[in-house]
Amino acid sequence: MNIIDRRLNPQGKSLANRQRFLRRAKEQVVKAVRDASGKRGIQDIENGEKVTIAAGGVREPSFHRASQGGVRDYVVPGNKEYVEGDTIQRPDGGGGGRGSEGSADGEGEDEFRFVLSRDEFLDIFLEDLELPDLVKQKVKQSEAHSLTRAGYSVSGSPANLNLVRTMRNSLSRRIALKRPKRDEIRELEEMLREAEEAGEDAAQIQALREQLEHIVLRSRRIPFIDPIDVRYNRFESVPKPIAQAVMFCLMDVSGSMTEHMKDLAKRFFMLLYLFLRRRYRSVDIVFIRHTHEAKEVDEETFFYSTETGGTVVSTALEEMQKVVQERYPDSEWNIYAAQASDGDNMSSDNAKSATLLRDVILPMCQYFAYIEVAAEHNMGLSALGRETELWRTYKQVQSPERPLAMRRVRSRREIFPVFRELFAREKAGA
Amino acid sequence: MTAVITRPEALLYDGVEWDYDKIKRVYDAIEHIALKEMGLDVYPNQIEVITAEQMLDAYSSIGMPLMYKHWSFGKHFARDEMMYRKGYRGLAYEIVINSSPCISYIMEENTMTMQTLVIAHAAFGHNHFFKNNQLFQQWTDAQGILDYLEFAKTYITHCEERYGHAAVERVLDAAHALMSQGVHKYPKKRSDLRTEQRRERERQEYQDQTFNDLWRTVPKPAAGQRPAKSVSERKKLLGLPEENILYFLEKKAPRLEHWQREILRIVRHISQYFYPQKQTKVMNEGCATYVHYQIMSRLHETGQISEGAFLEFLHSHTSVVFQPEFDDKRFSGINPYALGFAMMQDIARIAETPTDEDRQWFPDLAGRGDGMAAVREAWANFRDESFVLQYLSPHLMRKLKLFSVRDDAEDPYLLVDHIHNERGYRDIRKKLARQYDLGYLEPDIQIVDVDLAGDRKLILQHRVTNGVLLDESDAKAVLRHIANLWGYEVQLIEVSAISEAILKEHAVTAPSGVGVV
Repeated sequence: MNIIDRRLNPQGKSLANRQRFLRRAKEQVVKAVRDASGKRGIQDIENGEKVTIAAGGVREPSFHRASQGGVRDYVVPGNKEYVEGDTIQRPDGGGGGRGSEGSADGEGEDEFRFVLSRDEFLDIFLEDLELPDLVKQKVKQSEAHSLTRAGYSVSGSPANLNLVRTMRNSLSRRIALKRPKRDEIRELEEMLREAEEAGEDAAQIQALREQLEHIVLRSRRIPFIDPIDVRYNRFESVPKPIAQAVMFCLMDVSGSMTEHMKDLAKRFFMLLYLFLRRRYRSVDIVFIRHTHEAKEVDEETFFYSTETGGTVVSTALEEMQKVVQERYPDSEWNIYAAQASDGDNMSSDNAKSATLLRDVILPMCQYFAYIEVAAEHNMGLSALGRETELWRTYKQVQSPERPLAMRRVRSRREIFPVFRELFAREKAGA
Repeated sequence: MTAVITRPEALLYDGVEWDYDKIKRVYDAIEHIALKEMGLDVYPNQIEVITAEQMLDAYSSIGMPLMYKHWSFGKHFARDEMMYRKGYRGLAYEIVINSSPCISYIMEENTMTMQTLVIAHAAFGHNHFFKNNQLFQQWTDAQGILDYLEFAKTYITHCEERYGHAAVERVLDAAHALMSQGVHKYPKKRSDLRTEQRRERERQEYQDQTFNDLWRTVPKPAAGQRPAKSVSERKKLLGLPEENILYFLEKKAPRLEHWQREILRIVRHISQYFYPQKQTKVMNEGCATYVHYQIMSRLHETGQISEGAFLEFLHSHTSVVFQPEFDDKRFSGINPYALGFAMMQDIARIAETPTDEDRQWFPDLAGRGDGMAAVREAWANFRDESFVLQYLSPHLMRKLKLFSVRDDAEDPYLLVDHIHNERGYRDIRKKLARQYDLGYLEPDIQIVDVDLAGDRKLILQHRVTNGVLLDESDAKAVLRHIANLWGYEVQLIEVSAISEAILKEHAVTAPSGVGVV
């Protein structure tokens, strides 16, 4: 018999296998994340979650019989009451009388569950969307500068003198150069005085006097505070993200907006939220939906209610204006707005909308994005093959100096490219 | 008599901690009992101490100490590890490998009693079974397997370096999907894995030597001139029908490269190596459990282990052989340990103290004395199916309260077909035996034809018994794998085994990449 200790063998022999598995599963995880993000609310998107990946890409298929159908016999243990010919209620869900027959390896295939942390989730979500580039571009514009303490400097204004640091330097210099302390001088003077009063030996008095003279001279030569001790607080101007932002989601919910269109809009808003969320400490969202009249609503109602009516775009803009005045003074908040619409508007309202947008909304907004959602097979034009009412109206308002961007989206896969285009303002040549 | 049962000075070990000395002492004591008293015959033993993580490693790569790399092993590792960490599942106490020397892994976390149990169970129980069961003797090459796996591992690593991970993975995925269709079920020639390795080298060398690019330029006979072969001629030429799909593809798939065939060959050999294990779960575990039970009891009787150690052993033994009843939440089929152990005990009982009923049922076995010899004989000559058919006694059927249920999808109810009574014994035994018959358990799928004159479509047939069709989505996925290897369209026809009527057809088109798998 041989007995061998293998405990010291290299551990993690399965590492290569695990890596192969993860590489394989990655695709599935990405897909699961994308699916999951479609199902959740805008504000939940930042929470990590359990992502279940379907057995799909990591499944190992084999020929085996189906679990249903046909005639099967099982032999099972533990009969208590049955006699031949008895019938048993079919157990639900495969428990009970199901025998060991089944796939050849006898092992069921569970789905795999990965729990992703918030960051992992976002990484994958964003990786899929290639967002990081965009963040870099935008950070520049969105920051205010503020002064932050950044160590000490040897020069500066007297107001910034750092007393503590200066004194500490002075003290260490004095100790290093052996500057006599005031107590020592006083003590020596005392001794000298006593010696003189006592009428001591002249030579001794002389020695004391010289000694005193020497240390006084020394203390004069080594100043209490030297210019080299002096330190000033140094400040640096550091870009600082602006603390708060509000995002207005404006959506046309008139009858012509299909579920598909709303889904596109939701995804767009989700991206916008994520994007803002990464730059601001707090992001508020205001959902405004409109038909012929506009209302501020919660997310659920915003996306899933089925109200319908005519379309008057200006009402939404007015509502937004009202909300800003009430709750979000533009001196304190960065205001963003995204409007999703299929482009229909009452012709009579166009002029009013344009004016509102140009004179009220755009001046207070950091950015206003208009996305026109369309049915998947639509070429982005109205039924008549022309640009939609709203598109034409907004186009008049659009100018290089106004923070207004407009894009059309027809399918999910266009959302991100469009989003990126919209926000890559510098490149677009605004 | 008040003799002290345990004599502390004779104890092999004391307490829970193990060390090499104690293991050596225990091993010698066990060896003495196993060889001298029980008459076991084993391969030389090698016992390896490993950590929990290494144990996970080992059984994620189907229990082998050396294995080529593939994501599915990583997947099993991830699953097992999660189960283990969350405490849903304990680790196996041991893994034993059918090789010579027979390698048994023991975990460092085990107590001394567990190590003793594991040595008795694996190093003697399983080891004896591997060496003596005729299926293993016929099919596996215990001397060669470790070397062969080493070769397989290097070969596949080599391929990965040369042809890329993705290409190798595709072949392996396909081969794994066909693993259970990759065995020869009827012995032809005993496979010797060392020769295999040598032959692979020779094949490669021969190919390298005889490669001549000129052959490519030899003009092909014009179309239509080829003499049309009759169906039977064609089938004969291709060796059809063939149920070993991996073998067929390895030999006949027109577009595979040499290395791809070699990978199929490797997977096929490994599958073949495990084929006897699949057929002897009940017997193998029953044998090991019976052996450890005998040995531990004997150690206890002779005062070599303490009462405490024996109780610890009993606790773990009883949980291993526990058989939940069918209406128990924990029920998940018949526990091979429980059935195997019970049958071994039953055989010994019948041989030594038979009842009248036993005499009637087992005239040759009943009352012949030496129970151990009877059990050893059973271990040597049967596989699960024939073992149950031969040895399951009415006594045991009553004890386990076995009954058979018929589940006909047409009926709203399950029907209790037979129970453990006079009328039912034979039927239950037959049905239980069939539950272990791989030939019956695994769908009967064969390659029946190739349309050589036409589009080279490969035609497979599944002979459907009892109206149970294949799982459709999995079947489709496997067909896709076959098509990848074959290179052309693949069709699977499910026909009734009785009426030959076509019940269902699946087809997968040719993979798009030409000549690339």
